[in-house]
Parts: sequence; C-alpha cells; structure tokens
Amino acid sequence: MSQNIIELRNIKKVFEDDDTTVVEDFNLEVKKGEFVTFLGPSGCGKTTTLRMIAGFEFPTEGEILLNGEDISHLPPNLRPINTVFQRYALFPHLNVYDNVAFGLNLKKLPKHVIDEKVKKVLEVVDLEGFEKRKISTLSGGQQQRIAIARAIVNEPDILLLDEPLGALDLKMRKEMQLELKSMHEQLGITFIYVTHDQEEALTMSDKVVVMSDGMIQQIGTPEEIYNEPKNAFVADFIGESNIFEGKMTASKTVAFCGAQFPCVDNVPKDTRVDVVVRPEDVVITRPEDGQIRGKVDSAVFKGMYYEITAILPDENEVVIQSTRNVQTGEEIGMRIGPDEIHVMPAGVLVNVFDGTITKDGRAAFAGGEYECDLTRLYEGSVLTGASSVRTADGTEVDLAGMEVTVEVPVKAVSMSDEQVDYRADGNIISFIYKGNHYNYTVRTATEDDFVLDEDDLWNEGDHVSLMIPKEEIILKRK
Amino acid sequence: MKRFRFSRKQLCIPYALFLVCFVILPLAVIVYYAFTDGSGRFTLANFLSFFTNGNTIGTLCYSAVIAVAVTAVCLLIAYPAAYVLARSGLKRGPVLLMLFILPMWINFTLRITALKEILTVIEGNLSLHPFLNTVIGMTYDYLPFMILPLYTTLLQLDQNLLEAARDLGAGPASVFSRVTLPLSMPGIVSGITMTFLPAMTNYVILDMMYNSTYIMGSLIGSYFNIYDWNNGSMISLILFAVICIVSIVTGGGDQEDAKNRGAVL
Repeated sequence: MSQNIIELRNIKKVFEDDDTTVVEDFNLEVKKGEFVTFLGPSGCGKTTTLRMIAGFEFPTEGEILLNGEDISHLPPNLRPINTVFQRYALFPHLNVYDNVAFGLNLKKLPKHVIDEKVKKVLEVVDLEGFEKRKISTLSGGQQQRIAIARAIVNEPDILLLDEPLGALDLKMRKEMQLELKSMHEQLGITFIYVTHDQEEALTMSDKVVVMSDGMIQQIGTPEEIYNEPKNAFVADFIGESNIFEGKMTASKTVAFCGAQFPCVDNVPKDTRVDVVVRPEDVVITRPEDGQIRGKVDSAVFKGMYYEITAILPDENEVVIQSTRNVQTGEEIGMRIGPDEIHVMPAGVLVNVFDGTITKDGRAAFAGGEYECDLTRLYEGSVLTGASSVRTADGTEVDLAGMEVTVEVPVKAVSMSDEQVDYRADGNIISFIYKGNHYNYTVRTATEDDFVLDEDDLWNEGDHVSLMIPKEEIILKRK
Repeated sequence: MKRFRFSRKQLCIPYALFLVCFVILPLAVIVYYAFTDGSGRFTLANFLSFFTNGNTIGTLCYSAVIAVAVTAVCLLIAYPAAYVLARSGLKRGPVLLMLFILPMWINFTLRITALKEILTVIEGNLSLHPFLNTVIGMTYDYLPFMILPLYTTLLQLDQNLLEAARDLGAGPASVFSRVTLPLSMPGIVSGITMTFLPAMTNYVILDMMYNSTYIMGSLIGSYFNIYDWNNGSMISLILFAVICIVSIVTGGGDQEDAKNRGAVL
C-alpha cells in the first residue's frame, strides 16, 4: 500500500489586505507518484493552493502534512518541493547550465556531481549541449524545458507545475503534454499540476481536483469526473453537456424535458434533481420512435460529427453530436439510454440569508432592504404600524431590529442592470445553462450569494441589482 | 499635389546643430588650447607639465579618492533605501521617494548654504574636517542620482525570480546575493556613473563651504581664473580621458546592458 506523500487538511486561506476568502474547506490526500491536477476557472483558488504547498503563502487555517510532518509554515527553501512557474522565471543573468545548477550549487555539491546531474537532466528534457546558451536565445518551448530541468534536477519529493503550458502554442502544448506525462512515469516524482484547460487535465492526470470559488467541487479520476459529475458546475465545466432541471417520479425514473426516462440512479421519489446528458449520448430517431420530439434549430458540421441543436415543445434546448445530418426545421425524435442519464442533486432552490427588520418594516439582508410581509412572522397577526404587528393573542410586538431568517426561492429573484435604492446588488460570478434558462450566481458586496434563474444571457462580472417581489420573501423568526 | 513632409534628415538638423555648437566645437576649442601655448604655437609643454608637476598629479588622485568615497557612501545609503521603497510594497512608497528627490527642486546654492550652516553648528570650524565636509556635501547633492536608477531597476525586478530562487532552496541571504544583486547591477552601474563623474569635477560645493581642499575642478577653475587657458584646457582634457576610461570600464560599452540600464525616470 502506498502512503500519502502530502495531505492538506481543512485548509483555509484569507487574504488579509482585502479580507477575501480564496480557499476554503480544502481537504486532499495525494499518494506518492500520483499525477494530480487542480482544475478550475481562473480565480477559483487553484494557484493559491499550489502556492501554499510550495510555501509562498501560508494557510490561514488548517495544515499541510508532507510525509506525515506538518510543513504549513515552513519557508519554501526548506521544503523538498520544487515548482515550474507559469512564466518559467528563469534567471536572465545566468546561462542554461547555471540556471539548472542553481539548486545544486546552493546545496554545495561537489563540482563533478553537479556537472553530471546537469548533463543528465538536460538529456531528459532533450536539450543536450545547451549548457552555455543564454536564456534570451531560447524559444518558449526550450525555456519551458529548462524550467522543468531546473526543478527536477533537485530530485524533489513533489513537483508543482503552475499552468506550465499556458504560454505555448497549441501544437507545442499537445507535444509537451505527452512529454510531461512520460517524464512523470520515468521519474516517479509526484506531480501536482494546475490548469484551467479541462482537456489537459483529463489527458494527463491520475486524479483531478475540480475547484470553483475556493472550494473543491469534486475529486476523482478523469473518467469519474467526466461520467459521474457531482454537480451542475462540474458537468458544465468538463466537456460539453446538456443540463436540465428534473424531478424523480419513481426511484429509477426521472422526469425532464416533458417526458419520463428510466435511469440507473436510485433517488427517492419527488426529489428535485439536475440531469446531465452528454451531447454524444443523445440518439436521433424518427419522430414517432423518440422518447422526446423536437425541431432542429441548427446543424453545424464539426469535422467528426454534426452538432445539432433541437428545440423541444417546452422550449428546452437539446444539443446533440451525431454523425447523421439532419435539416434545419426538421422534426426529429430523440432517445437517451438509462446509462447515459446522469442524475445529480439539484443546486440551490431557495436562497437563505440572515436579516433584520428595519424601522420602516423592511427586511434588511445581503446589503439590500426589501418590502416584505411582516405578518408572516407570527401566524394570524395583523399589521398595526410600519414595523409592528398585533399577534393572534392580541399582544402588540415591535419588530424593528429583530433578527430573522430570510428565504427567497431561486425562481422568485430577477435581476436588472439598473441601480435602485434599497435593492441588493452584486456581480455575476458564474452561470450555467440549464436547457431553457440560465442559472446565475450573483455575489453581493456583503459576500452573500444569490442564486437565480433568468432566460436572458448576461455576462460573468456584470453588475446587477436584484428584484424580489414582496410576497415571495419568506420571513422566519430565529 | 505632393504634401510636404519632413524627411528624417531634415528633422535631424536642429539636433545636429546643437551637438556641433555645444559639444563638438567646445571640445575642439579645448583640444586646440591644450596643445598650444599662449601665442598659439603647437606645444606638448602643457601635457608634460601635468605629469611633471607633483601638485597636479596629487590633486588628481585626491579628487579620485573623494569621488570614490562619495560614490561608495551614496551607494551604501541609496541601495537599502531604494530596495525598501521599491520592494516592500509600502503604500506610500512613491511619496517617500519624492521626499528623497525633493531637495533637487530647491536651488543648489541655497541647499549647500543651508548644509554649511548646519555643519558649522555641529562641527564649529568647518576647515577642521575638509575631507569629511566635502564628502557630506557631495553625498547630499548626488544622492538622488544614485537612488533613482536603483529604484527603477529594483522596481522592475521580477518577483517570480525571487520566488524561483527561494523555491530552489535559497535563503534570504542567497536570494539577495545570487539574484537581487546581480539583477540590479545595471542600476548600480548607472548610479555610479551619475555620481562618480560629477563628483570628480565639481568644485562649487567646495568653494561654497569655504573649504581649502583642492580637487580637480578647483584646479581647472584656478587656471582659468588667471587666464591660463592652455594649462586649464589640458587638465580638462586629461580629466575627460580619465572619465572616458572609467565609463568604459564600468560597462558603458555593452549594448545589451545599456538597454537594461535603469533610466533616470
């Protein structure tokens, strides 16, 4: 049994200057010799996590164990871990030999040992005879190799790679992917790799850690991540997918897109779920043979297949990859096998916030103040003033300043780019297309997240204000 | 109709004129005076008297010693200051830098006069420590010229390189000696050039401080004051040659280096 070479336990990182939490609740175990990839969109905390392993940042909470020893607050020069930097960070004042020998010189190894090691590692990266070259005379790909050589020549326990192929062109990148993979096998060093490129992650890794917004979304082999995404974010981020909102109608039957489908997931009846179907798993049939029917909206030739978008009567869109061509406007049937339907727990259905009642009888939460129905706090009560009610047993209660729990259903919130007094506002931090609408997450300045559905497409980063109808705000006493 | 446009050659004319009038011609005049005697005949006597006159050689050496001392003191003060200003991520970094540069905005004579008064209060009689006073005065005057190029170079220093060095096992001292210092060499060279050369020739500071110290600048000045233009020119010419050699030795000839040289803002 191989043991964990590195373990991250309950890691949390808060940047003090602007008080933002960039990594939270991060737990990971890596076995010796594994190739682990942190995958996620930019700003998801993957690079920060890598920098904590390297020692450039220290975790705010939690611990990092290397071979069972806590190294959380050890400076980088004392860790047997080396990094390949995104922009290579080769020393411009040294030649290739001195760059590669940098770490060995610091260890004060005898000259002939250093010579030997540098020679060997340059062979590994295929740059024999480059010792005397200046860094500025090397191409991007060659600099990349030197950066790798400079790190692995120290024989670290773990090699960290921070988007090392990001600056290379596509062809070079593909080549280097394969080379890195074979280097990993050859050297037996544990690799921790950071990328935002899902294809790169799936091609190279033994284990993929999908991250979003500072949290791990899923850890698994590339196959697991692709075939069994844990939530809508992972499904959307990895590969192409159709995501629909559905509901279980029996333990192995799920209803979505206006039809019922047998599936293999055993989820209790009436559970609300998200359903993922990969475009290549939708089979086109004659209209009368399909489980669902739709009209072809577009069919685009993509080389290996046609990418077809069909619109269903309930306005859901299904994306299909098929070798069969169909005509725009044609009526088609579609079938999806039970194995190809992946059922996941539904995302947020109700937004829950901590709030207080203001003097004007509004509910203040998430940086906004909304009109609400105060009588909901006490059953059978009547409103007697701006912020006071008379309860069923006749006592008068002043609610101003009361702390309450506010619940707002996802479907009740809508957004606008107009800034209006009292409305909470924030930036769209992510969105997912779900068949016939977009599912947005908006983060306010108070760091509260609103999840909401909208038909129109907005952009990530858009600043919006949030509208909630009075009758949809549910108040609960604490 | 063809539109009139300045060609590159035409645009050069004002600069060429400037260079000819204020650089080449004066140099030619100096060379002419250096190798002639009072009546305009060619002679090497001025040249020979420079080397035979022990007093002149001594002054040259003394000037060099002062210039080296001033440059060294400037570097010792300026490097840590520039390092802190550029690298510590101080929010007020630029403001602090401005404070170092600010004296340059005040008239030079005024500054030296003020400094003289302060030193008189501290030392009593200024003429007791001529060397020390000269170094203090020049350091005060040339410090900004040392800080600015250093600050610019250190500001451009790639944070990733320092991290890479730490990652490869370098402690703070090794990071400094193996990465920061070598990469700030262009700024150091440029700072030295901007301090050492004027420190060799400036004598106004000395004069103003009622200083009896005699350096190259004062020597040249004294010859011109007594209308011995020939000897004055020869000394200037020799000083010019010395400075040329110094700048070549400090690497001014390296094209690539010159490109990286921390410019003076």
